[in-house]
Amino acid sequence: MSTTTTTTTAPKLVKRSAPLFTEKARERVMAIVSPLGLLLIWEIAARFGLIDTRFFPAPSSIGGTFMELVRSGELWANTAASLQRLFWGCLAGGIPALLLGIAMGLSRGLRVIVEPLIAATYPIPKSSILPLALLVFGLGEPSKIFMVAIGVFFPVVINATTGVLGIDKIFLDVGHNFHASRWSMFRTIALPGAMPVIMTGVRLGVGMGLVLIAIAEMVGAKSGLGYMIWSAWETFSVEQMYVGLFVIAIIGFVLTLLLNELERVLVPWRRS
Amino acid sequence: MEVALADTGGAIGAGQAQTAAIRIDGLVKRYGPFVAIDHLSLEIPRGQFFVIVGPSGCGKTTLLRILAGLDKPSEGRIETIAPAAGRPGNSMVFQGDSIFPWMNVWDNAAYGLRMRGAPKAEIAEVVGHYLDRTGLRRFAKSYPHQLSGGMRQRVSIARAFANDPEILLMDEPFSALDAQNKLLLQEELLRIWEEHRKTVVFITHSVDEAVILGDRIMVMTAQPGRIKNFVDVTLPRPRDVLELQRSPVYAELVHTIWSSLRDEVNRAKRQAEGEG
Ligand SMILES: Nc1ncnc2c1ncn2[C@@H]1O[C@H](COP(=O)(O)OP(=O)(O)OP(=O)(O)O)[C@@H](O)[C@H]1O
Ligand SMILES: [Mg+2]
Repeated sequence: MSTTTTTTTAPKLVKRSAPLFTEKARERVMAIVSPLGLLLIWEIAARFGLIDTRFFPAPSSIGGTFMELVRSGELWANTAASLQRLFWGCLAGGIPALLLGIAMGLSRGLRVIVEPLIAATYPIPKSSILPLALLVFGLGEPSKIFMVAIGVFFPVVINATTGVLGIDKIFLDVGHNFHASRWSMFRTIALPGAMPVIMTGVRLGVGMGLVLIAIAEMVGAKSGLGYMIWSAWETFSVEQMYVGLFVIAIIGFVLTLLLNELERVLVPWRRS
Repeated sequence: MEVALADTGGAIGAGQAQTAAIRIDGLVKRYGPFVAIDHLSLEIPRGQFFVIVGPSGCGKTTLLRILAGLDKPSEGRIETIAPAAGRPGNSMVFQGDSIFPWMNVWDNAAYGLRMRGAPKAEIAEVVGHYLDRTGLRRFAKSYPHQLSGGMRQRVSIARAFANDPEILLMDEPFSALDAQNKLLLQEELLRIWEEHRKTVVFITHSVDEAVILGDRIMVMTAQPGRIKNFVDVTLPRPRDVLELQRSPVYAELVHTIWSSLRDEVNRAKRQAEGEG
């Protein structure tokens, strides 16, 4: 028999109280603080000559140029031109991609025909098509819109197909059992069922579209943010270049917020 | 392969359990060399609550899917009664979660009616009725992920009933539920069914459930699926589940079905071990 030692240490209670700031609130604060901190360091470094202001002008002087460009209306005109191309390009690339992608998900026959074509053209760097686009569509708007459309098309078509193929087969059986027409299968099952995956594709596509519109406008355009950045290089107006980059970054950021909102509306059933 | 039965008409009134709702003749279903269902012939009269029990993998779901027209038989004939104009032939309550996660409870329950273009007023009335009957009215605007498993299953049942089919096909609708919810849903199903007495083909693993719900029970053999025997349940309706379970007739029936099923379940087990 073993001896029983009767040490009566009271069990320790672990204290757990609600954190002062929730994880989310802390993340949100950091999202504002960290870029501001970077700007501050940059400003100080520029003022004290720690960095070459020919390449990295102080944020305050970029801000001055920004205000000038706003006042002259130049910035707005260029931003509007880029946004318009982006918008039409997203529609021109996204809608066919959505329809084709879902149809491919539903029809094996179509998939067999189209999939190799997509697999073969997808790896081509989209920017390398620009000369061809200029050749075919000329220097006007269509070539820019085409470039955006190409960028949006691939991620959306691929994700739409993947999304439909990922839908649990039982839902398609339910559709058949309830005599859903082809169009109803598309509208009530394939489209909403694939929507979460499609939205990922839309995000990727819009990001790609933004990259491509900037590139397309640098060559053969007389307006747009890409053009503004390129002409700043030609005139060595570094501040203007930074303003262009800054606005593109803001557009990217705002588009992300808009797409989050769109997803909340289109996919209300997703667990948060 | 679905051929509508000619309506015999005449003396047999609708609802009388005399007309056949389903007639299966020499049904064979193969998956490659694998025989899932082997020469099965069967007739189910209109208005009967027909229950199928059998060991796992004996072809119950396969049979139901063929009845639903979702799969094709390899051999044999299937006839199902021609539904009245505008009504669907059958609706299925699938094994496992099958309500659309992207539709709220109301839209899920209204799905069948919408797909056949029923008028708005009718949809509102019928769907409202079945959501009331299944106790889901308060959750009409909820999405499936906000519901419990039992509630989701009720949506699936409401969806099938609201579609007002000639034949209801139910594949283990309660198997994923806990005992308490199962009992409640069985009672609900009995009440809803007794309103209209549709033809039901109901699959279950639970012998108790088979006796509680069914008019006639078919025991199937282990793979390949054949008919082993039928057991008629003569217990009176309307049935009270708790009362029923105390009756000696009930116990006797459960025992009979169990003894018949036990050999098959053991055989299925040996088959599975033989493979593994
Ligand atoms: N698409 C298929 N391809 C190949 N084999 C299949 C297919 N569907 C079913 N089977 C086989 O047919 C047999 C019967 O399957 P079924 O789903 O009808 O069984 P069940 O009686 O419903 O079983 P459970 O009670 O477990 O649901 C099983 O052995 C299964 O593996
Ligand atoms: Mg099954």
